[in-house]
Amino acid sequence: MSDFIGDWHALLVLLLAGFLPNESWRMLGLWLGSGVDEESDLLVWVRAVATAILAGVIAQILVVPPGALASIPGPLRYGAVVVGFAVFMAARRSIFFGVAAGEIVMLAGKWWLG
Amino acid sequence: MVPYPVTLPALDAQQWHSPTQAFALGARSIFTTILTLVLFVTYIGIGALAHDTGFSLGWAMASTAFVWAGPAQIILLSTLGSGATVVQAAIAVTVSAIRLFPMVVSILPMLRTARTTRRQLLLPAHFIAVTLWVECFRLLPQVPRERRIAFTNGLGIGLVSMSVTATLIGYQLAASLPKTLGAAILMLTPLSFLLSTARNCRQLADVVALVLGLLLFPLVSLLQTGVDILISGVAAGTIAYGVHRWHDRPGQAA
Repeated sequence: MSDFIGDWHALLVLLLAGFLPNESWRMLGLWLGSGVDEESDLLVWVRAVATAILAGVIAQILVVPPGALASIPGPLRYGAVVVGFAVFMAARRSIFFGVAAGEIVMLAGKWWLG
Repeated sequence: MVPYPVTLPALDAQQWHSPTQAFALGARSIFTTILTLVLFVTYIGIGALAHDTGFSLGWAMASTAFVWAGPAQIILLSTLGSGATVVQAAIAVTVSAIRLFPMVVSILPMLRTARTTRRQLLLPAHFIAVTLWVECFRLLPQVPRERRIAFTNGLGIGLVSMSVTATLIGYQLAASLPKTLGAAILMLTPLSFLLSTARNCRQLADVVALVLGLLLFPLVSLLQTGVDILISGVAAGTIAYGVHRWHDRPGQAA
């Protein structure tokens, strides 16, 4: 069982850094729920920062890849994302086609490089 | 995206008479959208990422069920996995989670009736994340108001169960596939998050934040501060907000 969940420390981290930060904002929305203007300046800034943090993490996974992804050379990782994005735009913003194209480029490139 | 035909019964149909049936209709609605497939692929990637950053399977599945926010989960996995402290990870996750607040606020008026208590709204509020939020706007107008909470709970349970299953599959794939295929599964995360974030960009500020956030992180990470994600995120986000203000300044033709 302890292998399945990990130690109590890992669970505490999940609670403190994962569950509570997200659930507090949801509950705050439930309690303070009215009269918030979605186009207000503060929310535009909040959304921009949240988007940029997520973009930073995407970049982190690509630049400092975890685990098995490190076996793919950098230019191939970046190339796959660029092609995926181009196909996404060309296919009228289809996430499915964009992801599929990126994956194909990465696998084909890896196969070709050996 | 192709607008899928919505196959819900008419507002005055027999099926809406019981909350249980409304719940079942909600759970079944997950099969009427391509977003379910995107979510499935995303959580396969998250499961694989959890494996390769050294987390346990149970931890990964619990994080999907209880955190229930993909961006927060990958921020948590990749900051902790790259050696950040719990406090640094918590701050980054908290900032990323603020966007849930306006989502909850905008959904609540659609769920409430005169007799709704806050307790009944706890579970629907937990399920709110970008996919459910989009689906509520699409589907709730076709659900009788007094059945909307049951319907949303069904939709939420359906999406969460599917995502926990995908987390399990992704984790096991990463544990058992040859290296190159494992890398392909891990690659799903940056691809699907980049594209779904690009799709959700509504304003100039969102686009600038996405592009600058991607470019700024590699530069800031050279400083090795330990809070690189926060520095690059707050800087890129604030610049994006500045561009938004400058673009919308008074006197500028829209």
